[in-house]
Amino acid sequence: MPVIEVTNLHKRYGDTVAVDDVSFSVERGEIFGILGPNGAGKTTTVECVEGLRAPDRGRVSVLGLDPRRDRAELTQRVGVQLQESELPEKMKVAEAVALYGSFYRRPADGARLIDELGLAYKRDTRFGKLSGGQKQRVSIALALAGSPEIAVLDELTTGLDPQARRDTWQLIEQVRDRGVTILLVTHFMEEAERLCDRIAVIDSGRVVAIDTPAGLVARVDPEQRIRFRPSPALDDRMLRELPEVHTVLRSGDHLTVTGTGALLQAVTSMLARNDIIAADLRVEQTSLDDAFVALTGRRITQEA
Amino acid sequence: MFARITLMELKLTLREVVVPLFVLVLPLGLLLGFGFQPGSRHPDAHLGGQTSAAYIAAIGAGICLAILGLNVLPTALAGYREKGVLRRLATTPVRPVYLLAAQIVLYAAAALFTVAVLIAVGNVLFGTPVPKALPAFLAALLLGIAALFAIGLLVAAVAPSGRAGQGIGMILFFPNLFLGGVYIPREAMPAVLRDIGDYSPLGATLKTMRDAWMGTEPRVAQLAIMAAYAVVAGFAATKLFRWE
Ligand SMILES: Nc1ncnc2c1ncn2[C@@H]1O[C@H](COP(=O)(O)OP(=O)(O)OP(=O)(O)O)[C@@H](O)[C@H]1O
Ligand SMILES: [Mg+2]
Repeated sequence: MPVIEVTNLHKRYGDTVAVDDVSFSVERGEIFGILGPNGAGKTTTVECVEGLRAPDRGRVSVLGLDPRRDRAELTQRVGVQLQESELPEKMKVAEAVALYGSFYRRPADGARLIDELGLAYKRDTRFGKLSGGQKQRVSIALALAGSPEIAVLDELTTGLDPQARRDTWQLIEQVRDRGVTILLVTHFMEEAERLCDRIAVIDSGRVVAIDTPAGLVARVDPEQRIRFRPSPALDDRMLRELPEVHTVLRSGDHLTVTGTGALLQAVTSMLARNDIIAADLRVEQTSLDDAFVALTGRRITQEA
Repeated sequence: MFARITLMELKLTLREVVVPLFVLVLPLGLLLGFGFQPGSRHPDAHLGGQTSAAYIAAIGAGICLAILGLNVLPTALAGYREKGVLRRLATTPVRPVYLLAAQIVLYAAAALFTVAVLIAVGNVLFGTPVPKALPAFLAALLLGIAALFAIGLLVAAVAPSGRAGQGIGMILFFPNLFLGGVYIPREAMPAVLRDIGDYSPLGATLKTMRDAWMGTEPRVAQLAIMAAYAVVAGFAATKLFRWE
């Protein structure tokens, strides 16, 4: 049985339709991503899951609970990281983790949490004196302070440097391995690809596709692309005769071959039979980025 | 849980160095400064028969209440909303209204503490009486806290940011001090101004506290208007308060 079920969710702010019929369900133990450009309605969607906003229409069920009606029980079992929220400036890191832990029936081990998030050396630092990335990590720690069954993380690694981002991914995987279900809102393709079991791509308040990262890629463009410089030169026809090859393009010394199936194997073995060396060989696969562009018609805004 | 949140707020407030400075050190400093002047123990007809030490102790209490209610409370609450602290809390089992209540309890306790210190220090050093009509004094004090805090809550309810909360609070703060008789004693004011001042939030608080301190029963009309400020502003604040 899914732990989160969103059915035909609608939400508007005045004239702005933020969420326009969104449905998805998340299984226990899964890392489920919500991917979409700015203003797509990602935050609004997860805020309905958290019970912070009341949907205009549609049904949201989390752990069998109604996020609005069963707030007391839901908040015990769902940890939340908001896209934008701060702590009082003068509150120290360890104090914040201990205080938030005390709100829950089953507080997590605060010292361990601080350790795992690489904040041990900042435990007695006031929130106002932390860097953006450190604040972000505190906010993740607070989401986990109550040993939640589900963690909803909005823009998990925005503002983190590449190393911290990788560390955080690893942490999230550990958290999931402990059995926590994770609903993740993200802008980062790499993050979605690395972490998510399944992804819902949302655009203008609508779900464009729900699939595994690999499934999304395959759905868009199953074609592979090989680029190389043959030496000695070869006749394009030899390539075109291969059943796996669709097109051959020549630019200067370089050839670009597209096709499907075991394209690479077919091409390299043909070259080997003819004693031709493929220099500068490059295999290009459709990335999630390409898939995203194909699905939404635009490139996602990456914040470095 | 509530105690824990209140304790944390106490810690945070103490780290906000200017708050304890204005709320405790300033009123106490005023009392000591004026109290050690020669003649501070003599009843003064220009102060309605109060000694200047007793008068300044009451003024200090009034300043403390006004700073807490019109300044500290709206700045802190509007700031918490602006930073998303209230919203963040709404995602936990603790409802954000706890934080609001913790602040009110903490600041009310701070006000009571300062007033107790002023009474004790004034009594020991400068012979000012322990409030002679004690129940009336407590009623005046609590109603004063309720009135000024409710106005502060209303400011916090409508202020879009911590800075705006502080700004609006200031706009209310200085006229209140003036009408309340902090700059010039109400006894020295023109009659019209005095009549207005006696029914201003801080003016009513100060007058009733001073009366009760001296053993005169405070005017019921003044206590009633304080209760009215508390109820009206408090009701408006609960209607208008935005959590995000
Ligand atoms: N409180 C609000 N009041 C009015 N409009 C809002 C509010 N919150 C969001 N919106 C609008 O609703 C739409 C969806 O916003 P939402 O925050 O859900 O997008 P998002 O996908 O999370 O975007 P981002 O990637 O920038 O965080 C946007 O057009 C936004 O302007
Ligand atoms: Mg968002």
